[in-house]
Order: sequence, then C-alpha cells, then structure tokens
Amino acid sequence: MSEVLTGAQAIIRSLENLGVTDVFGLPGGAILPTYDPLMDSKKIRHILVRHEQGAGHAAEGYASASGKLGVCIATSGPGATNLVTAIADAHMDSVPLLAITGQVGSKLIGTDAFQEADIVGITMPITKHSFLVTRAEDIPETIAAAVLIATTGRPGPVLVDVTKDAQVSKAEFVWPPKVELPGYKPVTKPHGKQIQAAAALIGESKKPVLYVGGGVVRSGASASLLKLAELTGAPVVTTLMARGAFPDSHPLNLGMPGMHGTVPAVTSLQKSDLLIALGARFDDRVTGDLKSFAPEAKVIHVDIDPAEIGKIRFADVPIVGDANEVITELNLELQKQPKADLNEWWAFLDNLRARYPLGYTPADDGKLSPQYVIERIGELSGPEAIFAAGVGQHQMWSAQFIKYERPNAWLNSGGAGTMGYSVPAAMGAKVAQPDRLVWSIDGDGCFQMTNQELATCAINNIPIKVAIINNSSLGMVRQWQTLFYNERYSNTDLHTGTDALMIPDFVKLAEAYGCLGIRVEKEEDIDKAIKLAIETNDRPVVIDFIVSRDAMVWPMVAAGVSNDEVKYARDAAPIWDNEE
Amino acid sequence: MSKHVLSLLVEDKPGLLTRVAGLFARRGYNIESLAVGASEIEGLSRITVVVSVEGLPLEQVTKQLNKLINVIKIVELEPEQAVQRDHMLIKVKTEPATRSQVLEAVTLFRARVIDVVSDAVIIEVTGDSSKCAALIKVLEPFGIKELVQSGVLAMGRGSKSITEKVLK
Ligand SMILES: Cc1ncc(C[n+]2csc(CCOP(=O)(O)OP(=O)(O)O)c2C)c(N)n1
Repeated sequence: MSEVLTGAQAIIRSLENLGVTDVFGLPGGAILPTYDPLMDSKKIRHILVRHEQGAGHAAEGYASASGKLGVCIATSGPGATNLVTAIADAHMDSVPLLAITGQVGSKLIGTDAFQEADIVGITMPITKHSFLVTRAEDIPETIAAAVLIATTGRPGPVLVDVTKDAQVSKAEFVWPPKVELPGYKPVTKPHGKQIQAAAALIGESKKPVLYVGGGVVRSGASASLLKLAELTGAPVVTTLMARGAFPDSHPLNLGMPGMHGTVPAVTSLQKSDLLIALGARFDDRVTGDLKSFAPEAKVIHVDIDPAEIGKIRFADVPIVGDANEVITELNLELQKQPKADLNEWWAFLDNLRARYPLGYTPADDGKLSPQYVIERIGELSGPEAIFAAGVGQHQMWSAQFIKYERPNAWLNSGGAGTMGYSVPAAMGAKVAQPDRLVWSIDGDGCFQMTNQELATCAINNIPIKVAIINNSSLGMVRQWQTLFYNERYSNTDLHTGTDALMIPDFVKLAEAYGCLGIRVEKEEDIDKAIKLAIETNDRPVVIDFIVSRDAMVWPMVAAGVSNDEVKYARDAAPIWDNEE
Repeated sequence: MSKHVLSLLVEDKPGLLTRVAGLFARRGYNIESLAVGASEIEGLSRITVVVSVEGLPLEQVTKQLNKLINVIKIVELEPEQAVQRDHMLIKVKTEPATRSQVLEAVTLFRARVIDVVSDAVIIEVTGDSSKCAALIKVLEPFGIKELVQSGVLAMGRGSKSITEKVLK
C-alpha cells in the first residue's frame, strides 16, 4: 500500500515510522513546509527552543540519557549554522544525533540566495555522514539511512539537508524504503583469535588495568564489564566519558584517570603492564605526554571504530567490535582460565588509595566550597538522578565528587568541551527520562551561553534543576592563569558574584524565566536549598551557589606533561616512585 | 616519507571528492596526485590517489578513508603488482633550427605530436613517472611553454579486478 505525500509529510511520517517521539527545533522559511504536518503529528512532540544550539544539545542530552536517537530541526542559513557547535560536540562524543535542516530551493542553490549556507559542506568534517536531498521521492530512504548510520556502529551525528522544493513537491511514499549503503558495514562481532590472544595476555599480566571509555556507555556494556572486572580482579578506571559505566562504590574502581584524575587511577595506568582499553581512545587529556605514558604496558584495544585502534598508541591485541559483544566473548574465554594473582598490584594501589584520596581544602574566604556543594547535590539526589555538567572547574568537580553507580547518569561535553552544553542537555535528558531527577550543574560562564532554554523548560513543563556554581569568573581559565600565568587574570572576571556587580542577578533572571530562583551563600543553607529544589516540580529551579573563586581542581597533570608529574595539590606530587 | 598508490572504489555521490580531499587535508595527509573517473560499473567511480605519509602508518589513512560512508573499497597497489601511468601534454617552443631535435625526442620517448603551429608543438606522452620526468628534462632546453598532467592512473596486474571482489 502506498500513498502520495509531500516531501514535508514524508519527513514527518518517516520519523514516526522510525520511532521518533521527541524533536527539538525552531522553524524558519526553508523548513516551514515541514513544520506544517509536524503540527498534526500525534506521535511526535516538538519542543520549540529559543536557540538552535539549544536544540542540538537538547537532542544530545536526550540521546545520552536514554541511549536513543536525538533529533533536532532548524531552518537554512543561520538556523543551520547555529546547530554547528552541537553537531561538532556530538561528533567528538559519539552521540547518535539526527539534524534535519531546511535548504533553499534546489534551483537557488549556489546563487547566494537569501539564507543560503552550504551546511553539508560546513559540517562535513564534524558529521559521521550528511545528505543533501533535492527530490521528495528520496526522503524516506534518506531519513532511514541517516538514522541507521547515526545509531549503529560508532554512533554519531548525521545531517539531512532538504531543499524547500523537495519538501513541497509530492511523491509516492514507500515504506519501508530500500536502504543501500554498500560502503557501510560496521563490524560488531569480534574475531575469535583476538579474544583468545587477549585472554592469554590477561592471564600473564601482573598489573592489568581496565581502562574504560565512553564506548562502554554507548554500547550498554556495563553489566558485562562488571563481570569482566570480577573475573579478572583487575582495577577499573573510568574516563570522563565513562563515569558511571562501572559503579563508583565497587572496590575495584579507582576513579577517573587523566588531567584531573585520581592519583591511584593515573598511577595505575603509568605502572601497568597491561592496559585493557575498552571503548576508549587514548585522548591526550588521559595520556598526558604520550612518550612517557604507561611505558611498560602492553595494550589490548577494543573499539568499534577500527580507526581508533593504533591511532595514538600501538595495540598488541587489536579487537574491532562492539564493546558489549567483545566483553561478553572475553568473559567466556576467561572463565576457562585461572584468575591471576594480583595481590602485589593491589597492595601497591591500595596504598595509593589510602594516601591520596580525592579531597579538597575548604574555602577560607567566607564563600562556599564548590566541591562540597557538588558533593551534597550528589548525595541528596542519589544514583538514579541524571547530572549534566557544563565545561570548566564545576565539570571536573562533578566528575570527581558525585558518585555514579549507573551509565547514562553523567552527561557532559568531554571531547569538545563545549561551554553551554549543560542547560539544554539537562532539558533534553528530562524529556527523555521524565521520571528522573535531572540536574544541570553549570558554571556562571557556561550558564550565560545557553540559559535562554529555561524559557523552553518553564513553558513546556520540563522541571530541571540548575545549580550554578557561581565563582564570578571563568574559573578553569582563571585556574590556569593562577598556575601558569603568574596570577595575571586577563579577562576571566565575570562580575556575577554577590560582592561584584552581580550582572546578571541569577535569581532575578530565574524568576524572569518563570523558574524558582534561590541564592545560597551559607554552608548551613546548602542542604535546605537542594531539598527544596528536589521537591519543586511545578517549574524549573535555579540555585545560585556563591562559591570561592580561589578553589582549584586537584589532582592535576598539566597539559602536555607526563602523567608521572601528577600533582596531588599545588606543589605536592605523590611519592610513589621510590616505593617499589 | 613514503609514497603509496591507493585505488578507491567509491559511490558516485555529490560532494564525494570534497569528502575525500577534506579528509586528507584535515588529518594532515599529503596528496601527491589524484585521478578521478567513472569505473566499469554505473554509479561507482574510481579514485587513484598517490599519498605520501610521514611518521604515521598508511593504515591510519586507509582506516579513516574507510569511515567515509561512500567509500566502498580501498586497495593499496604495490609497484611490482600494478601498472602505473602518467598522462601529460607539453607545449614546446620550436624554431626552424630546433624543430627536428624536438621531434627526435618525441620519437625516442614514444610520445606523439598532436598539434603543430609554426613556433610550437603540443606533445602527448604516457608512461610511468620517471619516463615523463625524463622527457621533460630533454625538452626543457627548447622552452616548455605549458605543461598539463593528469594524476597517476594505476591498476593491479593480472585478471582479477577490485570491483569483482567487492560486489560478490
Ligand atoms: C564555547 C567555549 N568557549 C570557551 C571555552 C574555554 N573555557 C573552558 S572552561 C572555561 C571557563 C568556564 O567558566 P564557568 O562556566 O564559570 O565554569 P568554572 O570553570 O568557573 O567552573 C572557558 C572559558 C570553552 N570550553 N568553550
């Protein structure tokens, strides 16, 4: 059975048929035809954002919280270019994202027509793939192909740019369409020989580490990872993208590695004789200076993207495949062999854990300690909540001081480091998981980049909670100025604090947006405010936590420096070298 | 620095060349030569690209190319197992005194003259890169007015074809 639909109707019908239930967007001339049938859709909820970047990050948050596809829509030209940051962000963090943009009429392409921008060209380096559609009959197949590409293999953003005439003209709607992608065949099932080789290396290793990356979260491999960890007894480190992939409460968990990782996690990689990298990509924020990274370690590298394997670090045993499938197979193989004795390794690591726990020096300027605020938000909200961070110090403290027990509870912009991610991502997460408590933990800088989506939240009954960790400055940049630029604070003062100009007043701003606004300046008010926020669900809540601007993120491995130089606190390097 | 000849079988889609060229530029790989054209199968094109890689394994280049959705197959053509051809047009200045010497070089290199005017000839030559380079050297003293060359074309020796293997 087939019927004749306009291209615009075909877009909506295709999305419905593919199971899309929520989209984020903002209309304009070139996408107007599609907004008309969208209004009639009973299956798709469209959430009108205030800025297309917000639509993009909301779709990302939606996808990251639920594991489903996120969808955003924008018009041609500036509408489409406003999506670019979010598309780049999704590309770096492998988020399944479909971006649909209107394009000027096909006859006008190339004439510098009103609101024409070559968005396919602009986004080529930051999409997994992109399509320009100029004919209505190509729409079902293209949308289906785009969704397939975005959600399978290594997930990522796919852009579909549809000319206005393709939306307006009519064609027979054939479903399911024939999707032919002869050049796209992601390998998910690992090679048996490689699994055996990996098991053999694990059997021989005295100092293994499970180096867990975001791929484990995307592949839904947490349950099999738990089994793998227990089968091997090996320590686990979870990267910034993988916080929650393995429970923080588990005794095998050493925490986060990398620039602001825990001393035990950073050191375990450095001293290891076998890195078992699972859906991780040896990012420079994890390895530090590459030449001195984990010098004695052999590497088993598991990734669904063959190009990640051997890109940065040679892999002794490369395994291409889906993390969950690989780990499951590996577990079967490991069950056949005795568990290695790792007592000596653990004695070394436990000593580090005892000596260098995560901690902080409380603020002494009368302001709140940001770490404490974040820790309390985590404790009072519990492991079922979702936490979406911005980028900066507050992001690192959120990664460090909130205890994550499940995957998809921690959302952040890891690869791109996009300020402005948090509020719209939290909004998207709340739409995907309406029964969960969703926090945006944001900086006063980040918040000012995308807070207009509070209007979207208030109007559409999306009651997120925003905690602004207000240090009145671009804190992370200021920290680098403190450490590396002789405390010369060039352009990092934001004047948002209570003893500054207080522009803007975040409480007034929250109220203007129809949110509950709360200011917290005293430690004894922290819990009360968090509890009130958790209880308030008839509107979004914004808490302005006035924190010390001198608090710094520790431990730290300075950029480009060896992980061996990890500093536990300013001028305090751990002394593990002479303990062997 | 090592040079490799890659033969890519690709879907003939709009923007394909931009995707391939953009990938090379973005990842810092050097294209030495590029030749694009239809293959024997409708809808599929062949790209022959000569890439020079420094400090990274060729494998990274092919893996990244393989991630492009429209790239179907990539084969490295080793010099011993493939034929390689450059194609060149050279416009050379001629004077009554030098014309015969120019024509002699043409014969010697098994090139062809495809256009003649009183003070110049256009020479067409096909061959491997070293032959073409040698001819240029010989013609240079007479005055090369213009030189146009295609990218390297390469094909594996023997009866097998890349397309056959892919479309099975
Ligand atoms: C869009 C964007 N611009 C600039 C930066 C550089 N940058 C990284 S962290 C940071 C400071 C963020 O300040 P704030 O949101 O107040 O968070 P804090 O570090 O104070 O917790 C800046 C400017 C960035 N990551 N993203």
